[in-house]
Amino acid sequence: MTATTDYESGGRAAHPAARSDRVFGTLTLAAAVIVLLTLLGVFVSLVMGAWPAFHEFGAKFLVTEKWNPVTEKFGALAPLYGTVITSVIAMLIAVPVGLGIAIFLTETCPRPLRRPLGIAIELLAGIPSIIYGIWGLFVFAPFMQKVVQPALIATLGKLPLIGDLFAGPPYGIGILTAGLILAMMVLPFIASLARDIFLTVPDMLRESAYGLGMTRWEVNRHIVIPHVRTALVGGVMLALGRALGETMAVTFVIGNAHRITTSILQPGTTISAAIANEFTEATTPLYTASLVALGLVLFILTFIVLAAAQWMLRRMKAKAGV
Amino acid sequence: MQARMTRRKAVNALMMALSTGAAGLGLLVLALILAHLIFKGAGALNLAVFTQDTPSPNDVGGLRNAIVGSLIMSVIAVAIGTPIGILAGTYMAEYGRFTKLTKVIRFVNDILLSAPSIIVGLFVYQMLVVTLGHFSALAGSVALAILVVPIVVRTTEDMLLLVPDTLREAGLAMGAPRWLVIRQIAYKAARAGMVTGVLLAIARISGETAPLLFTALSNNFFSADLTRPMASLPITIFQFALSPYDNWQALAWAGALLITVAVLALSIIARLVTSKKDKS
Amino acid sequence: MDTLTRDRSPFTFQEVDPAPKPRISIRNLEFFYGETRALKGIDLDLPENQVTAFIGPSGCGKSTLLRVLNRMYDLYPHQRATGEVLLDGENILAKGTDLNRLRAKVGMVFQKPTPFPMTIHENIAFGLRLNGTAKSEIDDRVQAALKGAALWEEVKDKLNASGQSLSGGQQQRLCIARTIAVEPEVILLDEPASALDPISTAKIEETIHQLKERFTIAIVTHNMQQASRVSDRTAFMYLGELIETGETAQIFTRPREERTSDYITGRFG
Repeated sequence: MTATTDYESGGRAAHPAARSDRVFGTLTLAAAVIVLLTLLGVFVSLVMGAWPAFHEFGAKFLVTEKWNPVTEKFGALAPLYGTVITSVIAMLIAVPVGLGIAIFLTETCPRPLRRPLGIAIELLAGIPSIIYGIWGLFVFAPFMQKVVQPALIATLGKLPLIGDLFAGPPYGIGILTAGLILAMMVLPFIASLARDIFLTVPDMLRESAYGLGMTRWEVNRHIVIPHVRTALVGGVMLALGRALGETMAVTFVIGNAHRITTSILQPGTTISAAIANEFTEATTPLYTASLVALGLVLFILTFIVLAAAQWMLRRMKAKAGV
Repeated sequence: MQARMTRRKAVNALMMALSTGAAGLGLLVLALILAHLIFKGAGALNLAVFTQDTPSPNDVGGLRNAIVGSLIMSVIAVAIGTPIGILAGTYMAEYGRFTKLTKVIRFVNDILLSAPSIIVGLFVYQMLVVTLGHFSALAGSVALAILVVPIVVRTTEDMLLLVPDTLREAGLAMGAPRWLVIRQIAYKAARAGMVTGVLLAIARISGETAPLLFTALSNNFFSADLTRPMASLPITIFQFALSPYDNWQALAWAGALLITVAVLALSIIARLVTSKKDKS
Repeated sequence: MDTLTRDRSPFTFQEVDPAPKPRISIRNLEFFYGETRALKGIDLDLPENQVTAFIGPSGCGKSTLLRVLNRMYDLYPHQRATGEVLLDGENILAKGTDLNRLRAKVGMVFQKPTPFPMTIHENIAFGLRLNGTAKSEIDDRVQAALKGAALWEEVKDKLNASGQSLSGGQQQRLCIARTIAVEPEVILLDEPASALDPISTAKIEETIHQLKERFTIAIVTHNMQQASRVSDRTAFMYLGELIETGETAQIFTRPREERTSDYITGRFG
């Protein structure tokens, strides 16, 4: 007797109105359950599809670098490493630049330009990733090969310690290029999300900070960003979730090499790129199962990141609601 | 005191310059991508793109089969995904607003909203391609529908929650049953936002490549048979761009431009639908 | 008390209390928001074809009481009522009450105007269709309802305009028209004029005067002048309790309870 609603206590089924209500209500409930079952179905089907691979390789699947379709020895380490490292590169670049754009849009940008620029960024966030991929392949990778990578090898490559990161011939494609393309892809997403989050800061709070004689940077650094910190981290996690699972922006420019190299100029692969490139060519059941197992690893990885993101964004909403 | 003030001002100027620079750099790169796309895409665009099917290497041809395939699969995906999304969103905002189940579904839906689309492709592959024994346009459509649902669920729930409760109460106070209040009053009040959600969902799936890779596969010929592989714009772009043939690469650019224009147009229409509502 | 009531003959009953027969009888009503008790042991009759006004400071439970009478609270979890509310001899709080039928019999007008997102005509036809009014009759009934709510002259040329395009006062009269169109037995008015200007308020009050010939009316108001102008009987509530009830003139001139007179003379609330 705690949560009776109209729907539940709306009367006996004898009333025609109540019966239609029950039918429509059940229909909506069924649809809601479908949403639930979809996620469950994804998980179960991945586990089932990946089973032969885990059965064959066990937990060693996760820490083996070798990926050999001929001898049927498969390990997830190289694509897992590639997935994480490209995403880290992307976030290292896209987060500060995205925050910069958001601060620009809420502070320094001339007022008449704020709305159109904001809308432009939001529209760019909707551009399909394959566009970034094809541009990366035809324009950005050659540019990297001819200009950026030789410069990096000649300068940073000569330094001790970090020099190894920038070693080897300039291929154009590779980990760094993929990370940069990913950064471009998530940039509008982060920028528009951060702008929306900044705009939730009450004007009163901003004004009272300016009233203390703070400069713009100080207001943002000490008032705005701390006020929305949790949501910002949540937004960044959401972007990270996207970057980890992104397929098309990466597949074109990563090189699809199942190996781990210290140099980020070398070709590598990511989980999604490996699946996209090899799935239809996988000829044996174990090969297919290994690719599905890669998918399962990616699913779990993004699930954790996205769940954390949601938890943080919810906390922000709850705070704003009070 | 004065020195301190000067330093604070300098830091401020530096940081604001950096943020302006970041904005400039970011927008410049994004503008470069768009400019190059328009330049390459427009150069490759001609009537044959719409009237002829995908050619063999170094032959003349177009993207007709891919365009039609994308349209067919998108329409089916929206036809499957929209009703499920709207009904589920309705449960969350109306019948089940205060239930634990709604909280769980909201969480699950937000995960689906950002889950890697290639995973959805794998799921549908296991579910439909393996069981039916072959790739098919239907499997591709289902994969796209799974991407449509969470977007529509989210916007439907959000928009219905914006409808004031007094309006619902007023409908119920007339003696109307809830389903009628929902369908004739709440949906009407939330219509613009819900339409926007569907448009954004179409925009999202029209560029999706990964979920189609091993569901609909592709097809070099024109086909409207849902039980067979079907060509789509994104997959064709993917294949042609990675090929060594100039005419295929040109078609890839043309297709990329078409998709971008379609996505931008849909997003802009979606915005207009909501902003028109705001004024009235 | 019980003995007294039992011993009264019908004749003396009329002399002691001239109120006509009750349309709604509330007996020992308690209402809970979760653990919080918002109404405490309310006993009250709403006499037929009279206007009963509920007054009292904010949060005293007057709106809550109104929302019990059409079970609007059912929409939300953790809200429940115990006791009895008799309408036509049936306890509407009983499980299994047909809420749609109940609400068709007990209409409600809200504090803020709530026109449905449809045309003026459709706003009124909505309820008529619900109870199965014949198509041929709908236009006439819409017209009659708009006349009953004193809105007809202002909207007769734009029945297909959106209900939300009307002014606030017109919207509220549209809501009244919508409510009376379905011929309920009781009309609940929850501060119907609080969001309106004085002229619109006067029009609404005039409408209420005319409506009591046909309906039993309960009105919640925080405006005591309004209560004294429109109501026949007044109930004063405080902190979830019904302090006193009686003829409006008596409540405002010779209240029996000190708290009532304190409130009426503006000493609190």
